[in-house]
Amino acid sequence: MKAKLMMGGVLALASTCLFAAGSESVVAARLKTDFHTKGIAKVERLDQDPVQILCSTPDLDSVPQAQQFALEKQQRAEIKYPADGKYLGDWKKGEILAQDGRGNTWSDTPETPIGGNCYNCHRISPQEISFGTIGPSLYQYGKKKGYTEARQKEAYGRIYNSKAFNLCAPMPRFGHVGALTEAQIKDLVALLLDPESPVNK
Amino acid sequence: MKGRLLISAAVVSLGMAGMAWSQGNSATAEIEKYREMLGDGNPAELFEMDGEALWATARGPKNASLQKCDLGLGAGVVKGAYAQMPRYFADSDKVEDLESRLMTCMVKLQGFDRAELSKKPFGTANYKSDMEALVAYVVGQSRGMPMAVPTAHPKEKAAFELGKQIFFYRAGPYDFSCATCHAMTDARIRMQDLPDLTSPAGSQRAYTSWPAYRVSQSLFRSFQWRLNDCFRQQRFPEPTYASESTIALTSYLATMANGATYQGPGIKR
Ligand code: HEC
Ligand code: HEC
Repeated sequence: MKAKLMMGGVLALASTCLFAAGSESVVAARLKTDFHTKGIAKVERLDQDPVQILCSTPDLDSVPQAQQFALEKQQRAEIKYPADGKYLGDWKKGEILAQDGRGNTWSDTPETPIGGNCYNCHRISPQEISFGTIGPSLYQYGKKKGYTEARQKEAYGRIYNSKAFNLCAPMPRFGHVGALTEAQIKDLVALLLDPESPVNK
Repeated sequence: MKGRLLISAAVVSLGMAGMAWSQGNSATAEIEKYREMLGDGNPAELFEMDGEALWATARGPKNASLQKCDLGLGAGVVKGAYAQMPRYFADSDKVEDLESRLMTCMVKLQGFDRAELSKKPFGTANYKSDMEALVAYVVGQSRGMPMAVPTAHPKEKAAFELGKQIFFYRAGPYDFSCATCHAMTDARIRMQDLPDLTSPAGSQRAYTSWPAYRVSQSLFRSFQWRLNDCFRQQRFPEPTYASESTIALTSYLATMANGATYQGPGIKR
């Protein structure tokens, strides 16, 4: 990415003076002046946590590895795995949830169910041909990766908080931010790892 | 312009309803088919005509037209102006994009109130936006011209830098930034192609095809609208219309598009 971004001399100023006095960056302060709350999308959403701050760079290769690993470790420690030790829910419910792209925009209401948005970025069941490609294909996920409990737990963790495994990945932290419940994440794990799911047919 | 206006009202109102969404095709491919149906035309031309008339009409408390408005190339020069925006304006001592600049002119020349003008800049099915019509007219006058956004002034440099930082700023419930969706080649969300706005080729193609007529909405949409709706999808709060942040982001994207031929107004899904 670095090479791509070397456009002309305009970038000479890049990455200087990111931070003003105090801890808030100049860009954060500017955004907070220029944006306003609309419906459920409150202006406080512009506040960044340490993961977001570290990953807001045009050049992800420049993120110091030690810092990246430390934050991943901390994010992993915050994952709440199911107390009953069971990871597989109902793949049919998982499919409906994966299809649903609603929720969390200012045109949604507090009552709008929050969808998984999964098809926005992933190929999943082969019947659904309208899928995005920001993330890898999850078709045949179980068939390829195996159906072990360790796999189930890993999938649960990645859906709960993808950043715990790859800090600056584009995928949201669905469990970490409370967008999806434990039961919903189990349904999604089943969609990917139940041998009966269309994903593995 | 007149010759290209031979689009029957029937076709214009046909919209997406008349399009068969064939399976497996991206939205971009479907739009190409729609374009072919229209021949050389673009319903945006109807908005361009409205805007051209509005530009010349005496309006506002000062009962003046916009014909003395300076869009950067001198008072009243519309031809080619959009291809060189956003830019620094000495009179306002600010970098302005087209929409901010039009408001500056409407305030200065016509006596309108800026806050009032910013209240409802985007049209709906039941509300026609003067701003969008004016935008359609002005951008149409840069069709076929090379993008040449100036970058020499310190405030232009600062706007570019701020815009770039905003582009990569991750926040909100899903940790999205513009780059989450627009920093990969050939990526899609569902069936919608996502331009890679960090590459010259990607940003050139995207930027020079906006503002645009949106078939799914049967409305003409300005660049401020495009940013506004992407911030919505980003799960951000709403950017204030023509605020410094949105102008800076536009400066970043427009500068990245420099050298390409401006093709707008475009036609989109
Ligand atoms: C905005 C895009 C986006 C959305 C939305 C998204 N993902 Fe992802 N997902 C990704 C990306 C990118 C990766 C690769 C992450 C990495 O490099 O670690 C990924 C990785 C994964 C993985 C790990 C794949 C592997 O190689 O083992 C799983 C499982 C997964 N996603 C499931 C889901 C599910 C289920 C949902 C919906 C609840 C979802 N994703 C929503 C972008 C997304
Ligand atoms: C969650 C996904 C997402 C995010 C985040 C996002 N966009 Fe988009 N963007 C899209 C989609 C989808 C389209 C396709 C157009 C549509 O909606 O029909 C698009 C279209 C565009 C286009 C027009 C491209 C064309 O060729 O027509 C521009 C320019 C753009 N986005 C800029 C931005 C900027 C700048 C940001 C950050 C403020 C941003 N986007 C954030 C999803 C996103």
